[in-house]
Amino acid sequence: MSATNAPSRRVRLTPLTVRDYLVLLLAVLIVVLPLGYMILASFKGAGDLATTDLVVFPDVWQPQNYSEAAQKVPFGRLFLNSGIVTVVGAGLKVLLAILTAYGLVFCEFPGKKFVFWGVLATMMVPPQVTALPNYVFVSGLGGENTYWGIILPGLGTGFGTFLLRQSFMQLPFEVLEAAHLDGAGHWRRLWHCVVPMALPSIATVALVNVVYEWNDYLWPLIIITEPEMMTLPRGLTLLQNSESAASSFGVLMAGTVMVLLPILAVFALLQRHIVNGFTQGGVKG
Amino acid sequence: MPGTAVATTKRPRQALSGRRIREWLIFVAFVLPNIALIAIFVYRPLFQNVYYSTLNWTLGSKFATPVGLGNYRNFFTSGEAGKVLTTTAIFTVATVGLTLVLGLCVALALNRKLPGAGLAQATVFAPYILSGYGVGLAWLYIFDPNIGALSAILRDVGLNSPEWINSPPWTLTMVILVYVWKNLGYAAVVYLAGLQAVPVDLMEAAQLDGAGPAKRFFKVTVPLLSPTTFFLLVTTILNSLQAFDLLIAMDKLGRGARTLIFDAYLTGFKEQSQAGYSAMLSTVLFAILVVLTLIQLVVVERRVHYR
Repeated sequence: MSATNAPSRRVRLTPLTVRDYLVLLLAVLIVVLPLGYMILASFKGAGDLATTDLVVFPDVWQPQNYSEAAQKVPFGRLFLNSGIVTVVGAGLKVLLAILTAYGLVFCEFPGKKFVFWGVLATMMVPPQVTALPNYVFVSGLGGENTYWGIILPGLGTGFGTFLLRQSFMQLPFEVLEAAHLDGAGHWRRLWHCVVPMALPSIATVALVNVVYEWNDYLWPLIIITEPEMMTLPRGLTLLQNSESAASSFGVLMAGTVMVLLPILAVFALLQRHIVNGFTQGGVKG
Repeated sequence: MPGTAVATTKRPRQALSGRRIREWLIFVAFVLPNIALIAIFVYRPLFQNVYYSTLNWTLGSKFATPVGLGNYRNFFTSGEAGKVLTTTAIFTVATVGLTLVLGLCVALALNRKLPGAGLAQATVFAPYILSGYGVGLAWLYIFDPNIGALSAILRDVGLNSPEWINSPPWTLTMVILVYVWKNLGYAAVVYLAGLQAVPVDLMEAAQLDGAGPAKRFFKVTVPLLSPTTFFLLVTTILNSLQAFDLLIAMDKLGRGARTLIFDAYLTGFKEQSQAGYSAMLSTVLFAILVVLTLIQLVVVERRVHYR
């Protein structure tokens, strides 16, 4: 493995290297084993789950756990709901962040500083603190069990705006100046210069928001009561409540796998960008 | 800052008024939608929450009685504050401490750039992006006192499994462990970035001066990492104070891991739907967050030197 990457630098097995390898191996196992155990459990039937012995691999594989989970909770519909909420929510958030960041960096208007701090400070307000008044407000407008009721309250974005502002400020100003002199207005400068140049940062913000929207739990828990309108994590609550017997743990795990797997797949494909997004979110902004 | 805009190149004064209006229109079109949403769904509810906290009010009921600071008084004098704040403090201190220490260990190993380190980094980070609720359910099966893997393993080596799910202190322990499992990768990756910024020549100089590995670690690496540690301290404390979905997945009724935020949800939306009381709890949480943020600002000004 090392030979292909760096033929000249072979790793010598010093005690320190061995120690570090052990640390990494242990860390990886601690992450992988529970997840693997969960996936295996999603194929277990009543027999495997009734015993107190350690059962790692199912005695008889039960893929029907998945269809059973899908029967108890309308998983197909939940997938669709989660997809809609994630795509629309993350998409609109990114759009708003791009527009606001552009305005903050490239336009002059009175109170710009104030607006910037007002946007930035939203990151300090946890959604849990605003949940109750927002519930009263949104349900009063008929937003319970609607897509807009799930999506709208979370749209105002401080995080994305902040990150994109930092990134827009790094852009080469000569390019924008030239576009300006060529008569390009703000709108064209935004879409033809700024967005293409800042695409990596925009993708990062988008990915972080996708992960966030897909996993969001508290707000859908509060605003959605009808199974048909639930998102996937919200639907798990329903499944958990219906699966009180230990023997049907396999069904619950099947549902859990269906919630976790899509985001794991996205992560496997784009892990570098996602890790960047989450960590650069604050590190020296 | 290179942030001053292209659009502000000097123009004669007469032209300004037209430009001003244009810039205002840009503001309205570009910035206002986000600002409006933030105002409606973040700042409005934030202040409304403070108002709610002075009411005796059941969620869904049309009638509310103003009680002034009554909810706060009840909370702080009934002994509930002691319990809830202690749980919150234990959860926060334990998760933050473990996450930082273990995260640094993993980061040190990752920093050696051994073959496979990239894959290890991605794997360790993965739980951070998973649904807290899903992760909680998956671990609940491992911790299950009857059929869980953990109790089976403990039995095999001749130990009794603790009552993870039914005994409050053990429930809290369980939730802390899983929370650390989920967030460890984040600290590791941030620490790794910090470690990579440690200048090599400084390390070599220390080595030439005869400092052993332990001394180099504590006298050079740790002090140089202090800005990273401080950043992580702030972000992980704020995150731990807001942890919710993992807690409710593993401790449905809030028997052991009833932190401030969890308590606010249970009293507001479950149990007796005491909306006023719940608003009081989340106002207390917000006050704590504000104080922590202010401390952070002061400390950053005074002590931590970002280079």
